[in-house]
Amino acid sequence: MAQIIKLKDKNTDFLEKITELSGEQITLCEQCGTCSAGCPFVSEMDINPSQIMRLVMLGQESVMDSKTMWLCASCFTCTVRCPRKLDLSKVSEALRQVKLRGAIDEIDIKEISDEEALKLPTIAVVGSFRKFTG
Amino acid sequence: MAEKQKMIKVYLTGELFEVPEGSTIMMALEYAGFQLKQGVGCREGYCGACATVYREKGDYKLKGGLACQTVVSEGMAITQIPSVPAEKPIYDLNDLTPDVGTFTKLFPSVFRCVSCNSCTKACPQDIEVMDYIQAIIRGDLAKAADISFDCIRCGLCAMRCPAEIVQYNNATLARRLYGKYLAKKSPELEKRLEEIKSGKYDKEIKELKEMPHDELSKIYYKREIKIS
Amino acid sequence: MKIPYFPGCTLKTTAQNFEMSAIESAKKIGIEFIELPRWNCCGVVASLTSDDLMRHLAPVRNFLRVQEMNKQGLVENENRLLTLCSMCYNTLSLSNLRMKNDADDLQKINDFMHKEEENYDGNIEVVHFLSILEEMGFDKLAQKITKPLKDLKVASYYGCMLLRPKEVGIDDAEAPTILENFVKSLKAETVDWDAGSRCCGSYHTVNNVEIVYTLVKGIILDARKNGAEAIITSCPLCAFNLDVRQSEIKKDNPDFQTIPIFYFTQLMGIALGLNKEALGLEFNKIDAEDILKKKKLIK
Ligand code: SF4
Ligand code: SF4
Ligand code: SF4
Ligand code: SF4
Ligand code: SF4
Ligand code: SF4
Ligand code: FES
Repeated sequence: MAQIIKLKDKNTDFLEKITELSGEQITLCEQCGTCSAGCPFVSEMDINPSQIMRLVMLGQESVMDSKTMWLCASCFTCTVRCPRKLDLSKVSEALRQVKLRGAIDEIDIKEISDEEALKLPTIAVVGSFRKFTG
Repeated sequence: MAEKQKMIKVYLTGELFEVPEGSTIMMALEYAGFQLKQGVGCREGYCGACATVYREKGDYKLKGGLACQTVVSEGMAITQIPSVPAEKPIYDLNDLTPDVGTFTKLFPSVFRCVSCNSCTKACPQDIEVMDYIQAIIRGDLAKAADISFDCIRCGLCAMRCPAEIVQYNNATLARRLYGKYLAKKSPELEKRLEEIKSGKYDKEIKELKEMPHDELSKIYYKREIKIS
Repeated sequence: MKIPYFPGCTLKTTAQNFEMSAIESAKKIGIEFIELPRWNCCGVVASLTSDDLMRHLAPVRNFLRVQEMNKQGLVENENRLLTLCSMCYNTLSLSNLRMKNDADDLQKINDFMHKEEENYDGNIEVVHFLSILEEMGFDKLAQKITKPLKDLKVASYYGCMLLRPKEVGIDDAEAPTILENFVKSLKAETVDWDAGSRCCGSYHTVNNVEIVYTLVKGIILDARKNGAEAIITSCPLCAFNLDVRQSEIKKDNPDFQTIPIFYFTQLMGIALGLNKEALGLEFNKIDAEDILKKKKLIK
């Protein structure tokens, strides 16, 4: 879907913040799309991973409203394929952290049903809470 | 006592007071005129009601302790925590199973532990708090019950936890589940309960109830404790 | 050989079949796992931001335990820490890498490691059991096999955490062979398939199970298409998603053809002649005995 980016909304502080938090030189992205092509969650995403890179590069804080960073499961598929050796899993983590550090959880840990609670392995619960709660 | 009591300066909830050297924090508070309606109970270090945080002069560390047990020092800054807001779900033990899933259900926050050990550092009872939390996470409730046995539920661990876990309520549940489902049943206990029910000790209990305070306290401190 | 062993929380609860079968199989080939005397959950997922050091405390605390074990003589001069769970392996390894590469971070972590006697010196190596087997030689393993898994077609599921990112992957990220070599050493047949290192949906299983269903269906269908009769994994989360979630898919779609999911150590145990009881097959959700009986591998 075509999307109009308003450059007057460019927030360089946002780009700097994400660059620093992720430790990734986001502006190096060449928009090849390899990351999006291999992402196992791309069909569920509202904005695909390479678009996220572009939007962050252009300081578009609106990416904070996207589902993409929450869907990224740090599977590192894109990490091993990026021709620029960029690590998108770290960019997603940085975006998640910006939200979580504002003391806003992405999931309600009390919403797990009793049936699921008795079934879920610890590894899933710990992993989920680490990624979705601050 | 002819000698004049030496006084020291302490900050109580931000205000400077002179209090007798050697006092406990609780004595200092009362000396300074605070009437303790909350944050006090047994005055003996058992009930855990008197959680307090303080900094000693020149030390960067924020320490926690029991007001009734901790002795004040010159320049100490003290704030009592009359109650710790806690997460406390209601449950019926009969409906629960003694496993990790029960904690996912009732205390999911326990899985947020980052192993920082701040809780252990804060515990006035020298309990390895992090270790009992970790035992719960891996479903070892017997171990959690054992490690947390001396917990007096003062709440200081929960005040320091970056993961916002209420450790002592988790531990209480672990001990309850352990006691109900996992612990070896004691025939001696069953027998004694029967005896009590049948009225075997009614006379002795009545005597104790009517005993004057100092006499009661005399026999209390004279009692033998058998540690097996 | 005695080696310090980090079980991880899930191996003590839902994945007991993994631990049981691994410990017993390892014994058969002369490897003794010595569980860390005190250990704490590694956190499952690695902390990926530049400043979030607190979440590295958990992994590093476990490394201190390995140092202590050496001092106490529980192991002899053994700086490796063995893991079975892929996610433990990944998270411990990534933290370790950061500590080795950044002296400042290591210093900070050591300063904030409350109530520990010593500092982490950065000298522990995290290893996965599969790497230990590879190092020992799959040909050697093959020689110890007493019950070849003849005709059993096994798809190797790597998932993500064994292979990526490259810095910690135990094999080539795009064309791994270690699990296939393992399968061959058991005399089973390998399956050539596409989904072997495709993510299963991971922790989304907690709050977005639909995604997991979709991914798991894809993985199982690919395995079926390529003739697999069993899938092996080394991750209790992969196992949960592939096994338990697969059984739920089956419940809603009676025509769905299931495939049993094994920990690689369960098949190893069978091939090494362990008793059925040592494998914890009752923990496997999709019937795991059926195919083994068909191939006359268990009674
Ligand atoms: S693969 Fe790398 S360079 Fe290509 S679009 Fe993705 S982040 Fe940019
Ligand atoms: S790390 Fe995230 S963005 Fe990259 S492929 Fe995996 S899920 Fe997609
Ligand atoms: S474990 Fe927590 S609540 Fe219990 S005594 Fe220690 S600090 Fe107090
Ligand atoms: S303070 Fe909280 S997070 Fe830290 S070790 Fe204790 S329980 Fe875990
Ligand atoms: S990954 Fe899991 S099972 Fe593995 S230790 Fe860490 S939390 Fe626990
Ligand atoms: S396959 Fe699934 S559980 Fe296994 S490592 Fe990947 S995301 Fe994790
Ligand atoms: S008043 Fe009971 S412990 Fe201090």
